[in-house]
Amino acid sequence: MSASTIDTAPTPKVRPFYWSVRRELWENRGVYFAPLGVAAVVLAGFLYSSSNLPRLVARAVAGDQKAILALHIPYAAGAGAAYVISLAVAVFYCLGALHGERRDRSLLFWKSLPVSDLQTVLSKASVAIVIQPLVAVAVALGLQLIMLAWGTAVLAINGVDPALLWAHLKLPFIWVMLPYGVVINALWTAPVFAWLLLVSAWAKRMTFVWAVAPWLALSLFELLAFHTHHVWSFLDERIFGGMAEAYTIGGLGKAPVIQLSQADPLRFLANPGLWTGLVIAAALLAGCAWLRRTRDPI
Amino acid sequence: MAPAIQARGLRKAFGKSIALDGVDLTVEPGRILGLIGPNGAGKSTALNAILGLTQCEGDLKVLGLDSWAQRDRLMTDVCFIADVAVLPRWMRVVQALDYVQGVHPRFDRAKAERLLDRTTIKRTSRVRELSKGMVTQLHLALVMAIDARLLVLDEPTLGLDLIFRKAFYDSLLNDYFDGDRTIVVSTHQVEEIQHILTDVVFIDRGRIVLDTSMEAFETRYAELAAAPEHLEFARALKPIHERQLFGRSYLIFDGADRERLAALGEVRTPSLADLFVATMTPASAESGRAR
Repeated sequence: MSASTIDTAPTPKVRPFYWSVRRELWENRGVYFAPLGVAAVVLAGFLYSSSNLPRLVARAVAGDQKAILALHIPYAAGAGAAYVISLAVAVFYCLGALHGERRDRSLLFWKSLPVSDLQTVLSKASVAIVIQPLVAVAVALGLQLIMLAWGTAVLAINGVDPALLWAHLKLPFIWVMLPYGVVINALWTAPVFAWLLLVSAWAKRMTFVWAVAPWLALSLFELLAFHTHHVWSFLDERIFGGMAEAYTIGGLGKAPVIQLSQADPLRFLANPGLWTGLVIAAALLAGCAWLRRTRDPI
Repeated sequence: MAPAIQARGLRKAFGKSIALDGVDLTVEPGRILGLIGPNGAGKSTALNAILGLTQCEGDLKVLGLDSWAQRDRLMTDVCFIADVAVLPRWMRVVQALDYVQGVHPRFDRAKAERLLDRTTIKRTSRVRELSKGMVTQLHLALVMAIDARLLVLDEPTLGLDLIFRKAFYDSLLNDYFDGDRTIVVSTHQVEEIQHILTDVVFIDRGRIVLDTSMEAFETRYAELAAAPEHLEFARALKPIHERQLFGRSYLIFDGADRERLAALGEVRTPSLADLFVATMTPASAESGRAR
């Protein structure tokens, strides 16, 4: 096995981390199967409707806006669905990540090996915050390439110039904006996933309820007591703000970004909310490592 | 050489219940120590403290390191089976091998493969598909292939049948123990491990009630199957324990002169199990009660 060649690597901390991430992916195959499954469904729908494609392209060339939109939909829906399902998988992955190992007592096996609690927590966090978005992007791009190839072939067989399709799809724009938005959202929502991991390290059961209920209770209390909704706005901003930041003009959540010049990564980097969020995420992950250290199996 | 384990005044309470109540323990390298005690005596707490899984009051050095504060460093040199069946159920055997090889610098893959070849465990099986005995075999194969200086086993054979238990300890002696390594094992099945131990510690209600090498144990304790006519005289020598079996009285003595006892009946070394019962139950409560 090639792993044996890494044995003498001078960075002994990287190796346990690499294997910890791998073992997370062995255990949680939903990380890639869920977006792949969704992509397969979208692809099936696209293939089923592809006999319409030559007519649709003809209408689009004639300037029919509905037809132009219809050409786009499979590409956008495929990418969107793969990403949304990935976020859902990441949420439930985090809620189980430090809870399941205490529940089935496998914690005692993991702890018998020279992998620190912090390394373990970081490997789990990186699956949710780094690996899962990367998988979503890779699946979305792969899906779009297959759809593009198929569409091109269908048009060519029917004697329609495929370039007409390509001109309408604006795929280069999508291929820049998709990873861009995914990176921004991952950075922005990092404290959300860190919070889910913390609950998973702390709660004895019903991690989902413990993750959500305190925030709902706080929002409700604030609404009833003071007739304000700061907590609710805070949650809304932290959960959906990343998407608004990436995909709407000025990050205001109103007009969507439709060309590259409207994207503004520097404004995002200058947003103090990004940095406070990352600091809070780091603190929460340190808390996870401490909890994993001190808590017994359930 | 520095002791493998050195504990002074270990104390640990969970709420009001005291799990460890001032434990002093020294284990030299190359020993096989049996930690024996009733349920709730503090065995697991003591082992968890040694493994840095639990923080205790007192002073505890394992292989010269503070087992709580320096746990991450310690785990390269220490390995343990803390409970039966803690291997993750979703894992495939080959994944377990890959993973341990990946994270442990002292894992000998070839040795683990050799140990597994002696079993019927398939590399492609998931842990959940293996019987309890096979899971233990797999865990032992993984652990024995790690070149650790201290191995801690907490009830490693609980719930296994006799054949697996016997094979487990035979394998531990033949394929793992080399005279330099230190092994600490806790179990209820006292008889089965008696022959492999070099030292034994009895623990009860958080305190160590006996701490001896097996050689010292064999000279210190004697069991007398008293001849009926000498029974009263034997009782006057203050046995620590007496029991009746098939109408005969068996008395256990601590530090008695064996030659003197030999005049009163048959003398032999008591089993650890009998001494355990004798130590755990006050002589007054138990004496004269027929089993």
